[in-house]
Amino acid sequence: MTGHSEPGASRDGYGDALLDIASDERVVVLEADLGKSTKSCHFRAEYPDRTFCLGIAEQNMAIVGAGLAEAGRVPFASTFAIFSERAFEQFRNGIARTGLIVHLCGSHGGMHTGPDGSSAQSTEDIGIFRTLPGVTVLHPSDRNSARSLTVKLLEHRSPSYTRTVRNKTAEIYSELEAKNLEIGKAAILRKGTDAAIIACGVMVEQALIAADALSEGGVEVMVIDMHTIKPLDLDAVLMASETGAIVTAEDHSVIGGLGSAVAEVLAETSPTMMRMVGVRDEFGESGSPTEIMTKMGLTSDEIIRRVNQMLTK
Amino acid sequence: MTYGNLSDLEESAKRCRRRIIDMVYTAQSGHPGGSLSCIDILAALYGKTMRFDPHNPDWHDRDRFIMSKGHASPAVYSVLREIGVLSDEDLSGFRSMGSVCQGHVDRKWTRGVDFSAGSLGMGLSFGLGSALAARLDGSDRHTWVLLGDGEIQEGQVWEAAMAVPHLDVVNITAIVDRNRIQNDNFVSEQMGVGDVSAKFASFGWNIIEIDGHHMPSIVNALDRSRESSVPTAIVAATVKGKGVSFMEDNPAFHGAAPNKTQYVTAMEELR
Ligand SMILES: Cc1ncc(C[n+]2csc(CCOP(=O)(O)OP(=O)(O)O)c2C)c(N)n1
Repeated sequence: MTGHSEPGASRDGYGDALLDIASDERVVVLEADLGKSTKSCHFRAEYPDRTFCLGIAEQNMAIVGAGLAEAGRVPFASTFAIFSERAFEQFRNGIARTGLIVHLCGSHGGMHTGPDGSSAQSTEDIGIFRTLPGVTVLHPSDRNSARSLTVKLLEHRSPSYTRTVRNKTAEIYSELEAKNLEIGKAAILRKGTDAAIIACGVMVEQALIAADALSEGGVEVMVIDMHTIKPLDLDAVLMASETGAIVTAEDHSVIGGLGSAVAEVLAETSPTMMRMVGVRDEFGESGSPTEIMTKMGLTSDEIIRRVNQMLTK
Repeated sequence: MTYGNLSDLEESAKRCRRRIIDMVYTAQSGHPGGSLSCIDILAALYGKTMRFDPHNPDWHDRDRFIMSKGHASPAVYSVLREIGVLSDEDLSGFRSMGSVCQGHVDRKWTRGVDFSAGSLGMGLSFGLGSALAARLDGSDRHTWVLLGDGEIQEGQVWEAAMAVPHLDVVNITAIVDRNRIQNDNFVSEQMGVGDVSAKFASFGWNIIEIDGHHMPSIVNALDRSRESSVPTAIVAATVKGKGVSFMEDNPAFHGAAPNKTQYVTAMEELR
């Protein structure tokens, strides 16, 4: 499934999707002075009447969304991933708890954000939103899947948090392949029985690179794109556990993120040898995305090292 | 640290402007517009008004300066270079791996930086905390907080603005860089902030309105605010991108670096 056509950023997929669903009059778009960055600006340009720019005021934006939702609208609100955290308690008490459906998108997620430095590099957003009952958490791996999954949120019956990223990455899915993705159902990108890599976001591309390299050495690993962190696809996790060795890979803290989510279910169902590739309880710094990802161990090399570590046990 | 006269301060601001353009151009990322709009104020603060020891940036009884709109970090680094706390080499590493000049001001990385910003809306609260600490210390040191006019859309700013006079805190000055532009657009288009002075005044602040590029007014306002018996909010009318013609009043240069040709033009204009 690794296409090599025009790369894009998953935030562009979010922007595409808002236009795709714009004909549904229920759709309203909320911004907090980052529409040019999160890509809701395209919707704003075409549908100014259904776009509300709330200024630099994320807490207000979240609950304005709740008010719109109560009256039957489907709000899509966005800011940077890191500033969605500022509205976390609003999201918890005013949206998740009330059963109102607001879709929040945090762009520029993870270390991948780069030179802005640690204040902008959210590595806990997935973890915190995942703790909220009934909230769907998505982290698509490319532009096409971000587009398709966001489109599907329109008919989704629970509030959601979607993390997208700033920089362009490889295309993982063709447009058609992406259309077949379903919220809550992981995509098996590669089959293999020696080990499994469960990845999300920008680490999916790294997982595929790692799998290619391992294959050259005769090790065949399964690669799973866990684009929905919550609800987690248990069947996919159990399938991965049958290989006996799982590496999770995420541009997020290993505390609370994808690795934790996988470990939580395996601990109670099918304890499996596991290694986590992710941010190890530290803040980032300024630098190019590649430099930072390398320094933080968010690379295909690190995935390979972790797979080998388990196979030589 | 004091310069003899106003023209020295103006020259200092000009050197800082060139450094700002240099840093953002070299990094090919960063925020030139909001750095250029507040640099005259920073030049005055660091060149004349503030109490600090450049040889000992951690001196406990120094005045505190909080750059609440942390993306304007090039402005801070350029004045820290001016007083000798940072070197040209430090500045040339702006936004690169391992540099003491991080993308947003960060107290863990840069000596002379008092608060780590980058998430808008927090600076005035921090300033209130440091002003309260000064009062507890029995010190007359002053806290200066620089805010963006987009930034003041954050509710937290008004939580702090309400608390300062309520707690009878006088050793603090809030400076609003009223450049009328934020990230996506003009402030009036995004979310009008209304009468900023009236809002601060309604909570009990002393208000001084100035032209934020007119050095005599800046120096005078800073001096008066230090003497005031109630906390002062200085609302400074500024121009985003001030000093570089094609950046002036242009939302496109909020967070964009100049290309080669633009860089050459900018440096010529700032000669
Ligand atoms: C809490 C928060 N939300 C959003 C941002 C993203 N952001 C960075 S700068 C900016 C615009 C700031 O405008 P203003 O305060 O007027 O600064 P200036 O124009 O002086 O640069 C925004 C929205 C942020 N840094 N923090």
